[in-house]
Amino acid sequence: MQRHTKHIIILCFLLLTLNAFSKDVIVSKDNEINSVKKALAVSENGDRIIVRHGYYRENDIVVDKSVEIYGEDFPVIDLEYNYQGFTVKAGNVSIFGLDIRNIATNYMHDFSGIKIENSNYCTVENNRLYNNFFAVYLAGSDYCTVKNNIITGFAKTESSSGNGIHLWKCKNILIENNETSGHRDGIYFEFVMNTKIINNFSHNNLRYGLHFMFSDSNSYLKNLFRDNGAGVAVMYTKNIEMSENRFEDNWGPSSYGILLKEISNSVIRRNLFVRNTTGIFMEGSDKLMIKENEFRENGFAVKILGNCINDTLLNNNFTANTFDISSNSSRNDNYYSGNYWDKYSGYDLNNDNTGDIPYRPVSLYSIMIEKVPESIIMLKSLITEILDLTEKAMPVFIPESLSDESPRMKMNEYD
Amino acid sequence: MKIKILKYIFLDLFRSKFILAYTFFLLLMTITVVYIGHDTSKAVISILNIILFIVPLVSIIFGTIHFYNSREFIEFLLTQPVARKSIFWSEYFGLSASLSLSFITGVGLPLIFIGINIQGVYLIISGVLLTLIFVSLAFLASSAVNDRVKGIGLSILIWLYLSVIFDGFVMMIFYLLRDYPLDKIIVGLTSLNPVDLTRILILLQIEISALMGFTGATFQNFFGSITGKIYSLIMLLIWIILPAMISLRVFKRKNF
Amino acid sequence: MIELKKLGKTFGRKTVLKEIDLTFNAGEVIAVMGPNGSGKTTLLKTILGLVIPDTGMVYVNGEDCRKNFEYRKLIGYMPQIANYPENLKVKELFKIVRDIREKNSINDEELIVSFKLQEIMEKNFGQLSGGYKQRVTGAIAFLFHPQILILDEPTASLDPLSNEIMRDKIHRERDKNKLIIMTSHIISEAEELADRIIYIIDGEIVINKLLSELKNGSIEFSLNQKISSVLESIQHTG
Repeated sequence: MQRHTKHIIILCFLLLTLNAFSKDVIVSKDNEINSVKKALAVSENGDRIIVRHGYYRENDIVVDKSVEIYGEDFPVIDLEYNYQGFTVKAGNVSIFGLDIRNIATNYMHDFSGIKIENSNYCTVENNRLYNNFFAVYLAGSDYCTVKNNIITGFAKTESSSGNGIHLWKCKNILIENNETSGHRDGIYFEFVMNTKIINNFSHNNLRYGLHFMFSDSNSYLKNLFRDNGAGVAVMYTKNIEMSENRFEDNWGPSSYGILLKEISNSVIRRNLFVRNTTGIFMEGSDKLMIKENEFRENGFAVKILGNCINDTLLNNNFTANTFDISSNSSRNDNYYSGNYWDKYSGYDLNNDNTGDIPYRPVSLYSIMIEKVPESIIMLKSLITEILDLTEKAMPVFIPESLSDESPRMKMNEYD
Repeated sequence: MKIKILKYIFLDLFRSKFILAYTFFLLLMTITVVYIGHDTSKAVISILNIILFIVPLVSIIFGTIHFYNSREFIEFLLTQPVARKSIFWSEYFGLSASLSLSFITGVGLPLIFIGINIQGVYLIISGVLLTLIFVSLAFLASSAVNDRVKGIGLSILIWLYLSVIFDGFVMMIFYLLRDYPLDKIIVGLTSLNPVDLTRILILLQIEISALMGFTGATFQNFFGSITGKIYSLIMLLIWIILPAMISLRVFKRKNF
Repeated sequence: MIELKKLGKTFGRKTVLKEIDLTFNAGEVIAVMGPNGSGKTTLLKTILGLVIPDTGMVYVNGEDCRKNFEYRKLIGYMPQIANYPENLKVKELFKIVRDIREKNSINDEELIVSFKLQEIMEKNFGQLSGGYKQRVTGAIAFLFHPQILILDEPTASLDPLSNEIMRDKIHRERDKNKLIIMTSHIISEAEELADRIIYIIDGEIVINKLLSELKNGSIEFSLNQKISSVLESIQHTG
């Protein structure tokens, strides 16, 4: 935090001094300067390039000066399927209000609409990125902001498409209010630290709405992830906060609300999981606090594999899920308490809103499915209900410890 | 001539209190389910559960009881100048028609009222097919066994076998052979049981099929294809025709 | 009119008909008698096609009965027990038979009138008392002027008045040169109605005689004689 403040003070100072000498460069179709490239050639650090509304056919725009590029009424930068768009190689660059479209595909260089390479304090704001391979690409850049962009891709296959917002080796980034769709992953992080992702809407992406690996200490707040091929994937990471997000309609044979793999010491709180094949899929995750979430109409609300330990499910609401908790193991190393389970049929004699007998959220049939996936074909058959009833009455396979000792009688309410 | 006897058998059942109660029960159940979970897809799942349980049970038990109750009337008809075959089919279709009509009224009407979709259509067709199948089995049990109590017992046993015991065996086979690829075995086994077959056909129509993961995809590929659907339909028709034909054979040689 | 040749039937281990040869002619009233389970009803049911014989043949008007069902047009049948669909109206029951048989012929509705069945036409069959049920089946049996009438205990549960009507009807039909085969338990009734008595014990015909041929004209007398001789023969063989 301290370092952050220091950076900001320096930044303000720099801006103030630079501003004294800065000028505006106007780009317009009927100007002598009729392309961004030409404007960049005549600008210096601290200048502002104003791009008037119009249709500009250019590509491979390298921004190596600290300038602000400001689009008026969304001027279109049509890359015409030649090469890529902006490559920022200087700090303090701002790209605002452009419509960047029709990129070429290149797997070697990860062609991007806006690529920021090893440059700090850059801003990408209020742009429309349409039909790009990668749309916004940050590599080795810190203290940047990506905000209010609408990013629309037309990805056909996972292997031939890029990500909407792609971050690699970045720190202290703010990703806010963006809408990404039609890419491979809506938002992709690898080796990203101390970053906030707030209020984004990531939908209809081929693979994951949000995908991050090896990216510790980030927070994901109030985002909406809907109808992505496989939902959200979080892997090999610790110290994550995921709060107040919505995971909706990630529905398909291998879709998840969130896929957690090798995650530790993280909080998942007050999220809403609706109509996902699997709400949360946990593998090798430990010390997770999953609390106050709502799981509604999912196939499997939470799947916890046997290698998950010391995770806590506290005060969540489970309603209308086909299976609440499912596991491939009949051991239990996790803790359940104070959840509301709509399948709970116990009673509450002392009226304290806590059921007097424990709820056992794992059904025998769901264990059978994990052991023999093919047995899902018996779904909704009488035999599975009889199996579950028998196990409930006389527990043999499922340990007594796998239970919620204080199930709620009414739904948990959060303010 | 044949159709006329059928008409009266249908009329008699149509007026019976049991058929009326059955219709109201289905109607009440469907309306409740539809109004609780306003989503047709969800409603279909809930109704499916009840249909797979109730329709076979009612069809086979009521069918058996009806057959024994009709013994004297059948005798009387047999003394008239009519072929035994005609009487048999009149009884069969009279009973099937009234039970099917109950089902269509009880389950189909509410679904049509809230706006039927393809899943609902599947549900109704499956329900009618299950009715026909279990009426066939009822006739098989009651024409093969002269004693009323034994016949009803046999019917319950058939129902129990197809609804529960068979599936139990399938689950056991799954568990024992879990290290082998099971896809083909499952398709083979489940198509031997009409209850399983209709259950899977409907489940594959509902979004819930995504739960089945990659196993589901295999089934979807088979049962979702035209070949698979024709195959399923043929299997279900065999379940209707085969028991009916066997019981007709028995009926034709039966002493009254 | 009806010819039975070497008719045999066993149910399980029990032989109910033992190689029965019989001929029935038009203009006769035949009373088939015998103890319970002796094979009376089975005999009638074989003629009707309800019971399929193991051996032997049934000819009606010279035609083999196994091959077709058309011969049943000639027969009116009144069963002992009538439990018909309880939700059908009496009217509809009559309709069924009319639908099955040819419609154009003029029906014999004499019994409908004399049994006062018009009053119950709208009632459900299930609501009728046993007596009424039997009157309905009786009326149906006579409805199509059949040449052969097979009546299984036709007076068993009828009240005295209906009983009288039924006996009278049987008499008059006989006079129309019809063949009437009936079973009965009541000796006096058989003596009153029948021209010929057939007595069956354990599937075997022990008496087949015109009433006039019986000693002293009494069934009872000859029956006693016959039974004692049968019993003697059983003791001999035993």
